[in-house]
Amino acid sequence: MRSETLTPQRAGAAAAAFSVVAALAAVLGFLLIQGWPALSAGLGELPSHAENMWQLAGPLVFGSVLVAAIAMLFALPVALGTALYLVFYAPKRVATVLGGALDLLAAVPSVVYGLWGIMVLAPALAGPYAWLNENLGWIPFFAGEASATGRTALTAALVLAVMVLPLTASVIRSALALVPEASIEGAYALGATRWETIKLAALPFARRSIVAGSMLGLGRALGETMAVAMVLSPTPFLIGIKLLTSENPNTVAAYLAQTFPESHGIETSALIALGLALFAITCAVNSLARWITREKTK
Amino acid sequence: MNKQQTQTHPHEPRKTGAQTLAGNLAKFIAPLAIVPLFLTGCAANENPSVLSESQSAGSAALQTISGSGASSQTAAQEAWRAGYSGTVNYDPVGSGAGREAFSSGGAAFAGSDVPFKTEDLKSSFANCEGGIVEVPAYISPIAVAYNLEGVQLKLDAESIAKIFTGKITNWNDEALAELNKGTALPDLKITAVHRSDKSGTTGNFTDYLAQAAPKEWSAGEVEEWPADLNGEAAEKTQGVRETLANTKGAIGYLDASQAGDLGVASVKSGDVFVTPTAEASVKTVGGSSLETGRGSADLAVDLNRTSVSGAYPLVMVSYLIGCEQYKDAATGTAVKAYFEHVISESGQKAAAEHAGSAPLQADAALAEKVAKAVEAMK
Repeated sequence: MRSETLTPQRAGAAAAAFSVVAALAAVLGFLLIQGWPALSAGLGELPSHAENMWQLAGPLVFGSVLVAAIAMLFALPVALGTALYLVFYAPKRVATVLGGALDLLAAVPSVVYGLWGIMVLAPALAGPYAWLNENLGWIPFFAGEASATGRTALTAALVLAVMVLPLTASVIRSALALVPEASIEGAYALGATRWETIKLAALPFARRSIVAGSMLGLGRALGETMAVAMVLSPTPFLIGIKLLTSENPNTVAAYLAQTFPESHGIETSALIALGLALFAITCAVNSLARWITREKTK
Repeated sequence: MNKQQTQTHPHEPRKTGAQTLAGNLAKFIAPLAIVPLFLTGCAANENPSVLSESQSAGSAALQTISGSGASSQTAAQEAWRAGYSGTVNYDPVGSGAGREAFSSGGAAFAGSDVPFKTEDLKSSFANCEGGIVEVPAYISPIAVAYNLEGVQLKLDAESIAKIFTGKITNWNDEALAELNKGTALPDLKITAVHRSDKSGTTGNFTDYLAQAAPKEWSAGEVEEWPADLNGEAAEKTQGVRETLANTKGAIGYLDASQAGDLGVASVKSGDVFVTPTAEASVKTVGGSSLETGRGSADLAVDLNRTSVSGAYPLVMVSYLIGCEQYKDAATGTAVKAYFEHVISESGQKAAAEHAGSAPLQADAALAEKVAKAVEAMK
């Protein structure tokens, strides 16, 4: 399989692989060169009347991380449960149908999720939010005045959770499917119940993939643009953790989409610099995932 | 669960190198064959209209011209192009970028929600021999729309400013009751919705508040909602409309043609309350004076949103910008012909039907002024 001669297949595959690196380098170069002028820009030049780049970028980066993190908080347990059920509990036919549905969920365009979020989910959640706010308002996340529209950071996070669920679940499912039969048979032979088998044999084996799947999902959530732009009611320069109010921190990606069409000159540079910030966060998340998975292979 | 299948890879019988390569190439190329089908599919959609337009032109074909600018004009530009004999491209890149493209010579004309500033006029325009023409071509009322069943609301500038700055928070507020005598207003929280993106609609809305309610609105004319004012934000006109439609007690501002089933407030103008009709909207433009220090064909309107009686003050004006005299005569002829078509009665009517704008002809004096400015073009 691994011959040293230069076959057309080998050359083609290598070219494809290196074109990925070239594309990455080109994107990074573009972001650096075009975004650079904005780093030293001041009041009057930047979008949203920001005083400097940090005032603009800080709240947006915070908002991106906050919304994505909450999304993962919801998505991960459901993804793990889905994967466990599909691999260990479900009858074969049910597993096939559910697996197909999961893949379909991944194929829905994000604009559709955005429309669903603004037309169905947000209005439906306005009532429950008011209840949470009234009864559990002492928890900082539920404090403030509840939004009457339901277009809050929590709704955006829920929409994102649904969007990243199929990706995370399918990574975990593939890993669970690869648990060696011998380990499972061994656990049963020792008298373990099914749940004990999962706990002792399957989960430790799949741990790295669970982390990797979560990080992939987190990366997707951080970069998601349209759904957040449509669902979230943003307030500029806001850093806050109240999840039920009309005033929410915006995310980098949504802000770019909203501000780009009417921007020019240094404002465009500022938006590209924000793109660089998003690129950096996503790289950091991916590196973290790699670091976690690599450590265990030793 | 069958672990065996996932772990072992059945070996296929080896083929010779040439066979494999040919087979792989065929597999690789087969999907690509679909691409031209898609492309021809798209082209098939576009070609007939282009053909029929150029055929119907008949006479000496006008040069193809390209403009760029305000996205607010997109729908109107579509209507204008559809009824025009020559070929015109319009790239809705935004007002600022459109003006830049025009002055650098990248676009033959520009559409813009704001005219050039007088200090910008001193610099030279790459396509022009001399000065420029700016005409209000697209006048569109902005509605203050709300979700309150069975209520016809009357508002003045102060109350609108107070609602959007969060000083009036409930529909049963005394100030609102005073304006709406005889109408029962519910005890319901007000959700004021503004645009989250940068927008000329927000610019005109805030300009109105700054002019008509300076005591209550201190943020001036801004295209991005002031960061220190809280409230609900939604993306683009559609986002505002969806949010209003889904939320009882919500109020927002949007292009009047997009208000749909929502309630639309009458706005106080002088001593009367005016709805956003075409006549009342154009009246605001016609009743305003032109900015001074400009050429005779540079009709930058200094919108007077406070003292034109019977006029609907919340309007947005978008301009067409071209040269008084083009360096290239053929371009000049084509742009002039297009501008003439746009400001003509049929052009304005087409935009009114397609984009919901208010036809210039609702104010005869204004229509004449605009026609004169375009007539001077070369």
